[in-house]
Amino acid sequence: MQRIIDKIQELFANDTVDRVLGWKTGEFSWERTPHVFTKEGGLDGFVYDDFCGANLSKYLIDESAKKDAGKVLVLLKPCDTYSYNQLIKEHRVKPENIYVLAIPCRGKVNVDAVKAAVGTTVLAVEETEGDDLKVKTFRGEKIVNRNDVLFEKCQVCQKTHQVYDEIIEAEPYERPKKDRFAEVEALEALSPEERYEFWRTQLSKCIRCNACRNVCPACNCRTCVFDNAKSGVATKANTDDFEENMFHIIRAFHVAGRCTDCGECSRVCPQNIPLHLLNRKYIKDMNTYYGEYQAGEDAETRGPLTNFTKEDVEPSIVYGKGGK
Amino acid sequence: MLKFTGNELTTLYSAISGLRKLYLPIEKGGEVSYGPYTGTETVRLDVLKTVKSAKDAFFPQSEFLMKFKAEGKNITLETPSEEMEDFVVMGVRACDARSFDILDSVYLAKPVDSYYKTRRDHGLVITHACNEPAATCFCTVFGIDPAKPAGDISTWTADGTLYWEANTEKGKAFTEELEKALAEKAAEEAKLAEATEEDIAKVEAEQAAVTEMVKQLPFANLDLTGFDAEHMMEKFNDPQWKELSRACLGCGTCTYVCPTCQCYDIRDYDTGHGVQRIRCWDSCMYSDFTLMAGGNSRKTQVERFRQRFMHKLIYHPSNHEGTYSCVGCGRCLDKCPIQMNIVKVIKALGVKES
Repeated sequence: MQRIIDKIQELFANDTVDRVLGWKTGEFSWERTPHVFTKEGGLDGFVYDDFCGANLSKYLIDESAKKDAGKVLVLLKPCDTYSYNQLIKEHRVKPENIYVLAIPCRGKVNVDAVKAAVGTTVLAVEETEGDDLKVKTFRGEKIVNRNDVLFEKCQVCQKTHQVYDEIIEAEPYERPKKDRFAEVEALEALSPEERYEFWRTQLSKCIRCNACRNVCPACNCRTCVFDNAKSGVATKANTDDFEENMFHIIRAFHVAGRCTDCGECSRVCPQNIPLHLLNRKYIKDMNTYYGEYQAGEDAETRGPLTNFTKEDVEPSIVYGKGGK
Repeated sequence: MLKFTGNELTTLYSAISGLRKLYLPIEKGGEVSYGPYTGTETVRLDVLKTVKSAKDAFFPQSEFLMKFKAEGKNITLETPSEEMEDFVVMGVRACDARSFDILDSVYLAKPVDSYYKTRRDHGLVITHACNEPAATCFCTVFGIDPAKPAGDISTWTADGTLYWEANTEKGKAFTEELEKALAEKAAEEAKLAEATEEDIAKVEAEQAAVTEMVKQLPFANLDLTGFDAEHMMEKFNDPQWKELSRACLGCGTCTYVCPTCQCYDIRDYDTGHGVQRIRCWDSCMYSDFTLMAGGNSRKTQVERFRQRFMHKLIYHPSNHEGTYSCVGCGRCLDKCPIQMNIVKVIKALGVKES
C-alpha cells in the first residue's frame, strides 16, 4: 500500500492529477467504501488491501465528465481494467481526464464467506503477512485461510491489466485452478426441468433492489427501461413472474457481449443470487459460436454481437425447432 | 414460563400451522427470509438476521389493492376481501418486533391504512430472543433488549430447548389453544409444560450471556444527541451529506432490507380489459421517487440520501415523541454494496467522540 501512496503523492506533487478515486476505511476492519480523495483533503483513511473488492470503473462516468476539474487518478485492479476499456469503447468516459494506476491484486476477501467459515459472530478480520486472516470473535481468535474465502470472481481469475498509464508491479502469485465455466457446465448438464427449478428458486429470492443493475459497469443507460414509466415495462413491484422471467434475463441479454465478467452483480446481491452465471452462460455460448472473445481486452474491437461477418453462425443451425 | 418438551420443533410448527397460517424464517436458495410454512420447508429459527425483515407480514413488498373492470359504460370494482384469515409470524427478533410499533405509528394513525390494519388485527407475533448478536447489531441504542423481545408471545432457546411465555391476552388465548392441539396428539410427549426453576435459571443464564455480549459490541454506545427537531436545519444543511452520499449507487438495498422503511408506490396496470391497482415498496434512494409533473424535487443522490437519514433520525422522531425510525437491526450495515450506512451518518453528523 505504501508504494501506491508514494506514487499518488508524487502525481499530486507534479500536478498530473488533482484527485484520487480509491477506497476508504470504515467502521469495521473490513469496510471499504469507494471514495474520492483530493490533493487538498489528503489521503486520510486511504486504504488498499484484501477487502477492496469493489470495481471503481463505473464511477468514472461521472468523475471524468466533471468540468473545470483536473485529471482523476483511478486505482484499477486487473479485472477492473476490462470494464474501463468497455466504458471507453462505449464512449461513456473521457479517458483524457483519467489517469489509470494499475494496482496488483491476488484476489479479494468476501467477509460473508469469512463469517460463514467461522460460524460465529465476527467482530474483526485482520490480514497477516501470509495467507492467514486473523478473525476476532466472542469465542477468541480464529484463523481462516484467505484463499478459502475469496469472492467467486477471484476464485476463477486469470485476468491481467489491459490498460493503464502506470503500473505498480508486484510479485506474480499462483493463479487459481478452478475453471470459470465449470458451474455453467454443471447447469447445462441438468434437465430443463431441473434447470428451471434452480433458476426459479434463485431468481424468486430477488427483492428488486436494483443493486446488480446499479453497480454493473455495462448497465450504464441514462435511464433504465425498467425505471422509465413511458416504456410500458417499468415496475417496482416484486412479483415472481417479473424477476424470474424478465428482469434478470433481459439484463443479461442486454449486457451480453459487453459484460466483462467482473462479478460485481453477484458480489452486491443482498440475496446472493449467482447472477454471474447468467452472464457467463452467454459468454460461453459466444465463445462457442463466434470464437473466443473477452469483452474489455481492448477499447476498439467490435464485440461478436455488434459485428456481422459472413462466417457468423446461423441462429437456426444453433437452435432449431423444438430446441434441438 | 413454559417449555416445549418435544424432540423436534417441527412438531410445534405443525401444531401451530394446523391452527393458523404460519410464517417462519425459511431457507431458500441458501438465504433466509420469512415465508409460509407448509411442513416441507427448512426452518431457520437460529438465523439471527433474515435478509428481509419481518415487516412483509403486515406490509408486504407488493400487494393487490383493487381491480377496475369496464363493460360498456359500467365500471365494476373488485377489492380484496376484508375477511382475512388469522395468521402467526414466529421467530421475530426483538428489533423487528419493535419495528411493528414504528409502522403502527404511521399506518394506524389517522387516516388509518385499512390494508395494514387488517393484517395487524389478524396477525399474532411470536418473538425469539437472540443468543448471540452480530457485530453490526445496535438495538440497545434504541432501548431494545434482545434477551427479552416483545410480541404476543416471547420464546427463548436455552440449552437446545425452546421456552415460551405469553405476554398479551391474544398470546395467552393462543397458547391455550395450542396446548389443546398438542394434547390431542396424545401419542407424542410433545407439549408445552411448565418450566422448572432449573429451566428458568438456564434461560436467565442465556439472557445474561447475550446482555454481556451486546455491551461489547462496537456501536453499543452510539450517541444520538442532537438528532431532534431542534437541530433539524443544522443537520439538513450539514455540508457532509455530499461526501457521505458520493459513492451511493442509488440502489434500494438499504430500504428493502430495513424493518422500518415504510414508503410505497401505487401504480395502475392495464390488464387489457381493465385496470389493476397495486401497491409496492418504494425507495427514496431511487431517481423517480419524488418525480412529479413539475419534475423532481430531489435532483441528485445527495438529496435522496439525505432524505433517508433525515426521515429516520430527525423527521420521524420530531413527529412521534422522539422515537427514531431505526431499530438497530444492522441489516443495512451488512448489505450496503458500498458499505455506507446509518451508523456512519450518525457518527459524522452527531457529537464527536472526545
